[in-house]
Amino acid sequence: MIATAFTDLWYGFGVALEPHNLMWCFIGVLVGNMVGVLPGMGPLATISILLPLTFGIHPVGAILMLAGVFYGSQYGGAICSILLNLPCHPPHAVTCLDGFPLTKQGRGGAALGITVISSFVGASWGITEMIFLSPVLVTVALKFGPAEICSLMLLGLLAGSTLARGSPLKGVAMTVVGLLLGIVGSDIETGTPRFTFGIPNLFDGVEIVALALGLFGIAEFMKSVNQLSEVDTKYSHVKFRDLRPSKEELRRAWPAMLRGTLIGSLCALIPGTGPTIASFVSYATEKKISKTPELFGTGMIEGVACPEASTHSSVQGDFIPTMSLGIPGDAVMALILGALMIQGIVPGPQLISEHPDIFWGLVASFWIGNIILVILNVPMIGLWVKLLTIPYKYLYPSALFFVCIGVYSTNNDMFQVGETIIIGLVGYLLLLLDFHPAPVLLGFVLGPRFEENFRRAMLISRGDVLVFVEHPISAVFVGLCVLLIVTQIYVRLRKPKALLTELELNADPNAIAPVEP
Amino acid sequence: MFQTLLRKRDFYAGGLMVLLGAGVTLNSTTYTTGTLMHMGPGMFPFILGIVLTFIGILIFGTALLTPLGEDEHILPRSKEWRGWGCILAGPILFIIFGEFLGMVAGTFACVFVSALGDRTATLKSSFLLAAGVTFFGVLLFSYVLQIPFPMFRWGR
Repeated sequence: MIATAFTDLWYGFGVALEPHNLMWCFIGVLVGNMVGVLPGMGPLATISILLPLTFGIHPVGAILMLAGVFYGSQYGGAICSILLNLPCHPPHAVTCLDGFPLTKQGRGGAALGITVISSFVGASWGITEMIFLSPVLVTVALKFGPAEICSLMLLGLLAGSTLARGSPLKGVAMTVVGLLLGIVGSDIETGTPRFTFGIPNLFDGVEIVALALGLFGIAEFMKSVNQLSEVDTKYSHVKFRDLRPSKEELRRAWPAMLRGTLIGSLCALIPGTGPTIASFVSYATEKKISKTPELFGTGMIEGVACPEASTHSSVQGDFIPTMSLGIPGDAVMALILGALMIQGIVPGPQLISEHPDIFWGLVASFWIGNIILVILNVPMIGLWVKLLTIPYKYLYPSALFFVCIGVYSTNNDMFQVGETIIIGLVGYLLLLLDFHPAPVLLGFVLGPRFEENFRRAMLISRGDVLVFVEHPISAVFVGLCVLLIVTQIYVRLRKPKALLTELELNADPNAIAPVEP
Repeated sequence: MFQTLLRKRDFYAGGLMVLLGAGVTLNSTTYTTGTLMHMGPGMFPFILGIVLTFIGILIFGTALLTPLGEDEHILPRSKEWRGWGCILAGPILFIIFGEFLGMVAGTFACVFVSALGDRTATLKSSFLLAAGVTFFGVLLFSYVLQIPFPMFRWGR
């Protein structure tokens, strides 16, 4: 097994090192890093905005570029949160806790250096996991019938919506809304137009780019306009030579890094617990086993190393179900899967055997991209720091232009720009009502396949709903779904107050983010 | 009692989901539902509509059971009508100007108007930003990426 894995990996490096693929990977990482550094631009917004640019590229190049954008923007987000105390992406909320005090003490450079190292360590472990676990998962998944696929998807949807942020009930509601949005358009079997309201532009369904840019572009801009105060950059003067952490810091960071990596990879295995939960759990663990827990929050290098390593290892782990089962764990993965579908590639267990160039190329490009990131970040840190000072008032109008032209260019259709505006407005209203829009995308991407498999399963079982619990594998998934719901209810009913506040604190990055400098 | 209920976020959140779910359920009956074995196009939305209505009722229930939060408002404390209006107006102008006058006019109008949404923005700063974005945007999208969108046009 190890031998085949290495052969495949070798092949992957061959794909990823082809000049044009390498170029797309480089561009993706560079642009992702650049946009991710900008305050107020998280990975979701970054990927959504850059998604339309990849349509003209060959599928392999496009997916390498998007993945590069993703982890590039995560690195960028780390810079933003350590130097400015602004977490653009929820997993970085805990990095701020110790990262920003370090910056105030003048050790911001060292914190960034540690971040670079721990991300690389975490990511490397995640990639290794991906190499060995994905083929195993595929062999299992290929035996699945429609009933199993259906209940697995249900588990993925439930986990993705209840374990994410905010109220689980509202998360599930948003997933259902996403599933409903996925229904819009012609029915796969009969061709009947559904929920199109007689508009021919909707017969092909809602455009994923319009949905993503409406929810994570326009709605986000409406939320943040005039809300982001002028960023305070008086601490963030970091130069190239500041990046080298001292021996003492390295010695303290190493074990934290390894623990973070382990926690991150464990979190990746549980469906739905993405990088955010991984980073919070690892920070809490690190604090608990530390000899000086009271010093956390005042600038402990362990408090930076551990969550960053666990975030990156769990992010890479999230690619495993996305690529090998076709079931994304969070909205970012749903977007990447959506990009694959736009390129005409059907996600699912057959992806690795049908498109080995995409899968193994992606795996290899993770390493190449992470090395590019290290190389980019070290000498260019001065430029990134400059980028941090771009005020939001110049940022969002330019981003809005990218939103408009990006949506237009997917089909050369102005109707979709209008669609984006409406989705953005509705998305903002939902944000005001405390709904988090990320599960919408999850439901939207999985919706059509979920319905198709549901129908097929019911046809095979001759209309017997019990088929989902009669097949053993499917019964396990259904059981896990029930377990998930029961624990959620139990947690909420049992200790409503103490635990809720703790959960809320963990779930909402804004609750702890704006620590006054 | 009823007064406090009307101020709760979950009251509206649940209500919205119930309305949406009920609407979808009613609308899905206009398509063929079929049987469970041979599902028609209406069956799946029918089920989803009922599920959504149920979740909406549950959210509604939490609004009844939980006390009013300390800082519960539907609209955020600072009402950015100007910002919201400008952000929505930008893309709308992009459609109108882009459709009739071409990419340059559409881009300029979009960036110019949405930039005015910031409280500190002046006509001059917005103009300069719009001019800059238009220049580089057209360069990138028209020349490098070659999107079929004429730079200038008159009417349709």
